[in-house]
Amino acid sequence: MAAVTLEGVSKIYHGGVQAVRNVSFDVPDGSFCVLVGPSGCGKSTLLRMIAGLETISAGTVGIGGRVVNDVEPADRDIAMVFQNYALYPHMSVYDNMAYGLRNRRTPKPEIDERVREAARILAIEPYLDRKPRALSGGQRQRVAMGRAIVRKPQVFLFDEPLSNLDAKLRVQMRVEIKRLQRSLGVTSVYVTHDQIEAMTLSDVLVVMNAGQVEQIGTPIELYRRPQTRFVAGFLGSPAMNFLPGRIGREPGTIMLDERPIRIATPPAAAPDTQVELGIRPEDLRLVPRGQAGALAMHIEFVEELGATQLVHGRIAAAPATVQVPTGAIPPEGTIELAVDPAATHLFDVASGRRL
Amino acid sequence: MVERQTAFSRIIPHAVLLTGVAIVAFPVYLAVIGSTHETAVIANGQMPLTPGREAFDTYYRTIFTGGSRTTREPVGTMLLNSFTMAMLIALGKIAISILSAYAVVYFRFPFRRAAFWMIFVTLMLPVEVRIYPTYKVAADLGLLDSMAGLTLPLIASATATLLFRQFFMTIPDELVEASKIDGAGPFRFFFDTLLPLSRTNMAALFVILFIYGWNQYLWPLLITTRDDMQTIVIGIKKMIVTSDALTEWQVVMATAVLAMLPPVAVVVLMQKLFVRGLVETEK
Repeated sequence: MAAVTLEGVSKIYHGGVQAVRNVSFDVPDGSFCVLVGPSGCGKSTLLRMIAGLETISAGTVGIGGRVVNDVEPADRDIAMVFQNYALYPHMSVYDNMAYGLRNRRTPKPEIDERVREAARILAIEPYLDRKPRALSGGQRQRVAMGRAIVRKPQVFLFDEPLSNLDAKLRVQMRVEIKRLQRSLGVTSVYVTHDQIEAMTLSDVLVVMNAGQVEQIGTPIELYRRPQTRFVAGFLGSPAMNFLPGRIGREPGTIMLDERPIRIATPPAAAPDTQVELGIRPEDLRLVPRGQAGALAMHIEFVEELGATQLVHGRIAAAPATVQVPTGAIPPEGTIELAVDPAATHLFDVASGRRL
Repeated sequence: MVERQTAFSRIIPHAVLLTGVAIVAFPVYLAVIGSTHETAVIANGQMPLTPGREAFDTYYRTIFTGGSRTTREPVGTMLLNSFTMAMLIALGKIAISILSAYAVVYFRFPFRRAAFWMIFVTLMLPVEVRIYPTYKVAADLGLLDSMAGLTLPLIASATATLLFRQFFMTIPDELVEASKIDGAGPFRFFFDTLLPLSRTNMAALFVILFIYGWNQYLWPLLITTRDDMQTIVIGIKKMIVTSDALTEWQVVMATAVLAMLPPVAVVVLMQKLFVRGLVETEK
């Protein structure tokens, strides 16, 4: 097992496009690190640099204390699971898993033992003789995992491994990947654009945007105290509401459309600074009409989720979403919402940073 | 479209098909029939439509001793020559072009694009166009009247290279990357992954190229002068043109029938793979 260390890692392509800018972070030994961000944010490039499939333009990548910048992928002691699985179509499931070991001249009995062990863990024993094309998406996914497991690598790398699966299978495999990683205790780096996968899988969550790291921490830290507006908007579903306003003259207030809203911790910024007040849909509470300090929301449409409803509308002019129990609100008109002063997030409009 | 099957609507297509088959098959039938009669029977201008009695004698003489008047070589030797030539051309073309396609697709080297375009441009220069320089080179290298001279100049193939290139481009990059992580170098990747995946493509190409090689006429005509280097296609031609004697039509027909057999055998034996190679898109 080994920790992964990135120091000032950058990737500049031939055309001068900078895909990754000066990224530094550590993945502690045995932990599950998820890189998440929108497409084109450089997360896959970063993973491929750790794997050795892309050259590193600047900075160093270390695995287990060894700088691997110039080490071939095969010698980095990693295993990778690809989005399209990349199984060898002409080889049986058994051979797919055994191939890497054979290339390393592992003794035959040991290969057999390891492949059967992995097949047992992943419940793919009945399919060992089949070709990948005779398997379902979920089974192929397991074979791809099996190919990674048999190698007993120091690091697992996952490149959006679940995005080719249907929704139900995705949830199921997500749980299995987490369980597997726990039981094997192998350091893992996982790339996804799905924030739910990111939140549920990670011990260390890295949110990336435009080639840079926005924030690193445990998922709950990032969820509770996003350091930038981007992270705040990216994590959480439905997404956080952002209401434009400015800091009030009276300490601890934010002026939204000239109406003061109380917040728990006064920001260290001058009055009249342009800000965005971030409130998660679940932190808005339905209150009776006329309560002091409540926000009025004009309902535009309602989405039924069964037990709850997702109400889309506008608070002042800003689009907003709130989740309420089914049947609690009229189908149209205006509702009043109270804000928990402790659950607000304040971002500087100019820099996007948390205030 | 709704298909209504009446007796009549079923007869029409079959009649058309049968006519087509008859048109194609009749000359072949005539050749087979012709090879079973004596020279005199054919030479009087009234070709019988039923088999004669000379079949065994004619074929035996054709294969083992050859026509008595012209070529002096038994057709068996010609068959062997043709077969060796076609095999070498087909296998050589496949080997050369799969390797060059591998280089062009998977390796970055200086002038890679230029190399590819040079291969591509040769598509526009068939053997006939460059036949004089090619002959000159072959002659200077001392390849006249040799199997190497017969086959080597025909082995380079832009078409096959292009075909393999297109096929390789459809193989996902992740497969290469997975191989790299699995510790397979360029050689391993080629032999363990690329070759097995190209199997059907190679089979389809083999069928086409074998027939291409088998049917070569102009090049062997130039490069070989010795009788024992003769290919069967040239042999037939030589048998027909006899200036001062009666053409042994039954031997010519037998040779033609024999010349047809290997390509037919290749197509029949490899038909399954051949069709799959042309149709299959899934890897």
